[in-house]
Amino acid sequence: MVNETKSPPHRWRLELIGVSKRYSGVTANENINLRVAPGEIHGLVGENGAGKSTLMKIIYGIVRPDAGQILWNDKETTISSAAVAQKLGIGMVLQHFALFDTLTAAENIALGLSGRPSLDWVVDQVKVVGQRYALPIDPMQHVYTMSVGERQRIEILRALLQSPQLLILDEPTSVLTPKAIERLFDTLRVLASEGCSIIYISHKLGEVQALCDRVTVLRRGRVVHNCKAAEESRESLAVMMIGDDPPVLQEKEPPQSTKKLVEVEGVSIRFDDPFATPLENISFTVREGEILGIAGVAGNGQQELFSVLSGEIEKPDSGTLRMVGRNVAGMNPFKRRRLGVNTLPDDRMGRGAVGMMPLHWNLLLTNNDRSHVRYGFIRFGQVMESTEKCISQFNVIAPGVDAKAENLSGGNLQKFLIGREILQEPKVLVVSQPTWGVDVGAAAAIHQILLDLSSRGCAIILISEELDELFQLSDRMAVMADGNLSAPVVRADFDLDSIGLAMAGKTADIPSQEATYASAI
Amino acid sequence: MTDILSILLTAIIAGTPLLYAALGELVTERSGVLNLGVEGLMVMGAITGFAAVFATDNLWLGVLAAGATGGALSLAFGVLAITLRVNHVAAGLALTIFGISLGAYVGKPLVGQSLNLTEAQFSGGLTQLPLLGPLFSDIHPLVWGSWLLFGGLWYFSVRTRAGLILRAVGESPRAADAIGYPVMSIQFLATGFGGVMAGIAGAFISVVYTSIWTEGMVAGRGWIAVALVIFATWRPERCIIGAYLFGGMTIAELLGQAMGLGVPTEFLSATPYLATVIVLVLISRKDSRMRLSVPAALGKSLDIKG
Amino acid sequence: MLLRFEARSKPSAAVFWLSPIIAVALSGCVAMIIFALSGLPPISSLVTFVSEPISSLYGLGELFIKAAPLILIAVGLAVGFRANVWNIGAEGQIIMGVVCAGGFALSYGGSESAWVLPGMILLGAIGGCLWASIPALLRIHFRANEILTSLMLNYVAGFWLIYLVHGSWRDPAGFNFPQSEPLGQSALFPTLIEGTRANASILFAPLAVVLVWLLMNRSFLGFQLRARGVSQRAALYAGFPANRAILVGLLCGGAAAGISGVAEIAGPLGQIYPTVTPGYGYAAIIVAFLGRLHPVGIFFAGLLMALLYLSGDTAQMSLGLPPSIAGVIQATLLFFLLSAEVLVNYRLRRGDRVAVETEAV
Repeated sequence: MVNETKSPPHRWRLELIGVSKRYSGVTANENINLRVAPGEIHGLVGENGAGKSTLMKIIYGIVRPDAGQILWNDKETTISSAAVAQKLGIGMVLQHFALFDTLTAAENIALGLSGRPSLDWVVDQVKVVGQRYALPIDPMQHVYTMSVGERQRIEILRALLQSPQLLILDEPTSVLTPKAIERLFDTLRVLASEGCSIIYISHKLGEVQALCDRVTVLRRGRVVHNCKAAEESRESLAVMMIGDDPPVLQEKEPPQSTKKLVEVEGVSIRFDDPFATPLENISFTVREGEILGIAGVAGNGQQELFSVLSGEIEKPDSGTLRMVGRNVAGMNPFKRRRLGVNTLPDDRMGRGAVGMMPLHWNLLLTNNDRSHVRYGFIRFGQVMESTEKCISQFNVIAPGVDAKAENLSGGNLQKFLIGREILQEPKVLVVSQPTWGVDVGAAAAIHQILLDLSSRGCAIILISEELDELFQLSDRMAVMADGNLSAPVVRADFDLDSIGLAMAGKTADIPSQEATYASAI
Repeated sequence: MTDILSILLTAIIAGTPLLYAALGELVTERSGVLNLGVEGLMVMGAITGFAAVFATDNLWLGVLAAGATGGALSLAFGVLAITLRVNHVAAGLALTIFGISLGAYVGKPLVGQSLNLTEAQFSGGLTQLPLLGPLFSDIHPLVWGSWLLFGGLWYFSVRTRAGLILRAVGESPRAADAIGYPVMSIQFLATGFGGVMAGIAGAFISVVYTSIWTEGMVAGRGWIAVALVIFATWRPERCIIGAYLFGGMTIAELLGQAMGLGVPTEFLSATPYLATVIVLVLISRKDSRMRLSVPAALGKSLDIKG
Repeated sequence: MLLRFEARSKPSAAVFWLSPIIAVALSGCVAMIIFALSGLPPISSLVTFVSEPISSLYGLGELFIKAAPLILIAVGLAVGFRANVWNIGAEGQIIMGVVCAGGFALSYGGSESAWVLPGMILLGAIGGCLWASIPALLRIHFRANEILTSLMLNYVAGFWLIYLVHGSWRDPAGFNFPQSEPLGQSALFPTLIEGTRANASILFAPLAVVLVWLLMNRSFLGFQLRARGVSQRAALYAGFPANRAILVGLLCGGAAAGISGVAEIAGPLGQIYPTVTPGYGYAAIIVAFLGRLHPVGIFFAGLLMALLYLSGDTAQMSLGLPPSIAGVIQATLLFFLLSAEVLVNYRLRRGDRVAVETEAV
């Protein structure tokens, strides 16, 4: 389905010269120069906030640049909308899928194609193209029943059905198992060999190195480097990305105590909601001073597990849940915090914090013990004091105590929120994706905070999609797949391959003969 | 036999304004816009329709005027709710009170007036058909219009690509926009359509159903129409059933009085409203079924940035 | 779309304070246009419209007794609105307050006891609360949308009152008019300002303003309600029970509405009519929004709305316009205010319309 030498060979498929884009007060892209050759796989790396997504939206026509030129197949063009981009031959697979859950895969793809293809044609093509590029999808299946990996395949198919000359993928592997990532790379290599150019956006340097021909590094909206992928090492790329050597973590000492602070036994939940993943027979324990890492691809029940632990789901259907020696089933988060069980979810905006409220109100959200609330009335002096303490102790860069949460950068807000929980001196802390969307410096600070907390005796449950993070911090690690939790493995026995296999679980994004059921490791 | 038929017919006629308004609101809500101003729109449609017919003795001019008024006002509401992203509930209530007040204001000189409209009906060949003839001669063209509307809407939502796009917009405006659809324009179109239908519904009440202008004619039917859409889980085929059921309720009080039942008339008057509450409770309970039918983005506004 | 919105990095304080003034000014312009279209001199008509009702002490008293229920109810409703609980049933809750208190008054009003009036107030509040608890419970247990249930109950309550006043409560000496007996002296509020109809019940309004301000801004419960109003998921995460917000939100409005119903029958009316609430329940919703859901704002918005009602009445006498013009101006005012408020957080720019995800740059 890819354009095969329909036109005379061009020097560059896509060229950006001096492209810039500002939002109020923030420069997203500054004077960007980029060149992608036909059939080239071009990596675009940078931290969150470096400007990668904005640049791609400019190329895809969703955003208009403030300055600069765009040349397509050596001709200057204006890309004024997604439809125009599609006509030119640019396809984009978004990081956050633009899918409609209540429609079928074919209907979704049909909606995304300009021109008005008949639904029957789409169904047909899905089968043909899916076969050709090893992206099997049932066109008549409703999206809400599909796994995340399958949904991404729909997005890719949609882009491929347009016969793109340039395919842009934005952080495609954050939702895939290692096996599925390999398959994706195979697909991309086939596409490139047929003449389709690929822009691969990622912050995962290992992948970029494995896949890409050339790499462009963005930092703070500018291009800081452009080279052949083979010329640089992961370390040197990382240094370019953050402008600094990545900080080194202290070695982690194994926990000494045997006292169990979290005991989960046989917890299962079914949901009415067809969008939720049921939990099956979850069992694990966490000791004082121990960090239990829970790995897994998003959508396998981590959200639900977090909610059961935090108290947002008060009771499981079956099983027992003990924390700090007490049975906490039936307790809401407020009551669990009184026991010393604190949590921090992955969505900081709109759940962990309220964006439009100032920091001191956000502090009060979870930090509302007797020192802050007396006889039903709020003690503002104390709240302000605690907020200031949180800001200074955890190095939060904020315009002031009454700054709105949404005005802080991701990393700073996250530091504030973790600080908020830690100031309550929890005995148990459950965190989910603590460094998502956080710059490398803040991420390292957060990791150190967690390590320090753990060494003070707090039991920590760390739910994360970043294997690096889990490997660095965990004393033991388990894997969530399909609502099941594998038996935890101790640090000495951590092994990337077996964990990757466990992550694949039952709904393997891999052909069935390769699937191995997650067995006790 | 003819008694049952005439009861049925009465229920249908009573339910017709509900059907028009509910089908219109259904389309609006399918695009993600919650328009609670239906009552106000119906009042405005009622007075403009009445006034137009009063002045010209022409039914269709009345319908046109009513539809245009409803459409225009709903677009003003759309500016608030869609473009300016004002809270849909607040904007809808503003529209309701505006419509009711303005309708009363403009209609003041016409209070108590009645229309001399000759019964609009089909004539000629169709009425001569054996069994079906009376269907054409006895049933008002606007009722036929409502049936055509229902049929058209059903086909639209189930069979056409445009219907699919509408559903997509109401489920996730963000996603629809990401793949290039003009979400705001679609929402405006849907809102305008709902307004036109509400206007026509109001005109039906003032011109066909009663033919006299008094204040408070619409009597909460706009609100019942809003409830009807939920009752029908946003599906046209259930809307039509619900509309006639509720139309039937409204005339239950007349029946009750006629049959000399010992039930106080006020209780009978309250029945449709109580029934709506009960229905609302019944269908809201089944969590999963509701979730899949509700336009997921109903009432929320698309985040527009530069 | 040629215009688009750009989020401001900080909400504009200027627009925040100016927008009510702008909205009022624009509505004034609309009023003048309506006057002109009716053949009246715009500016002098507007002046008459606005100033005549309050040009006398009696008029001021009328202003207060009209504003007091609006403010009282709006302040109670605002508690719920800020928690994302939408009580549209104030109209019915007023009526149920009247039903409960009125029943009590008709039975015991003859006695000279000083407990009659406090009893009525209490029963009025209870009546309103009970009626409001129906949509609350239906929402809690069945997830039924409270906007629609509370609204439908307005009509049910209205018919109930009609039934009572036509039936067992009918005044034997009333020539068959649908009205109750006049309430006994001990069931009436004493006059507060001599020479006017303003009675002691108007004090409920400022009292409610203070209480609600304390609740929403200083108490932890108020914080829980506000958090829920802004983000239900954050409130869930914080462990603030949703049911508590629903109950408190609806019952506050119910109690306030019930009490204001008592104030009506034990005040200016002195009797119970079926039309005991000429749309106050809905008007209070507008007042709540005009006051931006803030107690102090509502206080002023209530006075303004009451003035408009009075102006509508005088408009009939002095300008020859139907009283429904009041409703038109009120809705226009709300329309302009809601529009202007958007500009607090967003600014208008020319250019292509483009929607962007709010995620990371």
